[in-house]
Amino acid sequence: MKGHVWRPLFVVIAIVVCILLFRAVYVPDDFGAHDRGYTFGYHRLSNEQEWKDFPAKYKGTEYCNECHDEKVAEVSVAQHEMIPCENCHSAAFNHPDNPEKLAIDRSRDLCIRCHSTLFMPSSDRNDIPGIDPAEHNVGMECSDCHNPHNPSLEEM
Amino acid sequence: MKRRDFLKSTIVFVSGASIPLSALELIDPKEVLAANEQLRWGFLVDTHKCVGCGFCVKACKIENDIPLNAHVTRTWVDRYIMKKDGKVVADNPKGAQNGFTNKKIDQNHAGMLEVPDEEIAQAFFVPKLCNHCETPACVQVCPVGATYQTADGAVLVDRKWCIGCGYCIMGCPYGVRFFHPTEHVADKCTFCYHRISKGGNTACAQACPFGARKIGNLRDPNDPVAQALLNQRVGVLRDEYGTKPQVFYIGLNMEVH
Repeated sequence: MKGHVWRPLFVVIAIVVCILLFRAVYVPDDFGAHDRGYTFGYHRLSNEQEWKDFPAKYKGTEYCNECHDEKVAEVSVAQHEMIPCENCHSAAFNHPDNPEKLAIDRSRDLCIRCHSTLFMPSSDRNDIPGIDPAEHNVGMECSDCHNPHNPSLEEM
Repeated sequence: MKRRDFLKSTIVFVSGASIPLSALELIDPKEVLAANEQLRWGFLVDTHKCVGCGFCVKACKIENDIPLNAHVTRTWVDRYIMKKDGKVVADNPKGAQNGFTNKKIDQNHAGMLEVPDEEIAQAFFVPKLCNHCETPACVQVCPVGATYQTADGAVLVDRKWCIGCGYCIMGCPYGVRFFHPTEHVADKCTFCYHRISKGGNTACAQACPFGARKIGNLRDPNDPVAQALLNQRVGVLRDEYGTKPQVFYIGLNMEVH
C-alpha cells in the first residue's frame, strides 16, 4: 500500500492505542459485570462498600435507652410509646459527643402532623384524636398544656 | 433400503430431533444456587396504617443528606381522595415532609381545592419510594455503568461514575429518581443500604410510628414481609411496565399508580 494510506491509518491506530491505555489506567480493576450480569450489574464493585460505609444519623430508641432509660420507660407506658424519640428530639448523629445537645422540636407543626383533623375514611388517620389547628388555642404551643410523653387528657 | 430399516431410522431421527437443545444442556449447580440467593431485599407498605404524618420523609432526608428545602425527595407520601362522583384528587405538598395538616388539596396551578367531607367516599395515604425492581429500567439505560443492582436486589448509584446525563431519571416509570442538588449526580432511595446491610432498619421504617413501612428479606420464609406476601393480598404499582417492582402494598386501589 502507498504511504498516503498508511500515514492516516497510523494516526487512527495511535488514537485507538491511546484510548485503550487511558482506559486501562482510568477504569478500576473491579469494574465489570458482577452478580446481575451486564444488563443490571455492570458497575464498580467497591461502590457497594462505599454505600455500606455511609454514616447513619438516626440511631434508634434503643440507643437513647442506653443513657435515658428512665425517660424511655416513662414514654413507653403512654399513648405515644410508638413514636421513636428521634422524631421529636431530632436525629442523634454522634450525640452525646457531637452534637452535645439535641434540638427538641416542640412546635405545633410537629403535633398537627397527626393531630390535625382530616376526614380520611379507609385510613387509620380517622382514629387519631384531632383538632382544627386554625381554631384550637391558636398561638399557643401544644406542650404548654399537653405533656408529649404522657398525652392522656385525664392526667392533664 | 428396506422398508423396516427406513421406518426404524425415521423413528430414531424424529425422536432425536424432538429433544430440545436445552434438555441436553448441563446444569451448573453454582448457577442454580446463584439464582436462589439467600437474601433479596423487599419492602412492604400498609396503606391502612399510614396516617400521613410524613415523619418518614423527614427522616429519609436527614439520614441521606437530601436538603430539606430542595424540591426533591427519595420518598414521599401521596394523599388520595376519592369522591362519591368518581373523581380522584391527589396531592403531596413538599413530598409530605411536613405531613398533611390541612384539608385543602394542592392542585398546583389550579390552586388549593377543598373537598367537603360529605363528598368523600374514600381517602387514604400511599407512601412511595424506589421499587428496587427485579428488572430495573433505570439501570438498563445507564450509558456508563454508574447505576447497578447488587446481588441482594438494591439498586444503587455510583456517585463517582455518574455523569449526570439524566437517562435514568427519564427511564424510571415511577419517577423516584432525581438530580441531587448538591452532589450533582442522579440520586435515589438506597433502601438505606448502609443501615440494612448492618442489620438495621431503613430510616423511614424506623421513623414510622405506625408500622406502615417494613423492609425484609423476601427469601426468608419467616421474615414478616415475606410472610405478609404469602398470606395477604398485596399489590404493586405500575405492574404493566414489566420492571417487577419489589415494593408491595396492602390496600391498594386501582386508581393509585
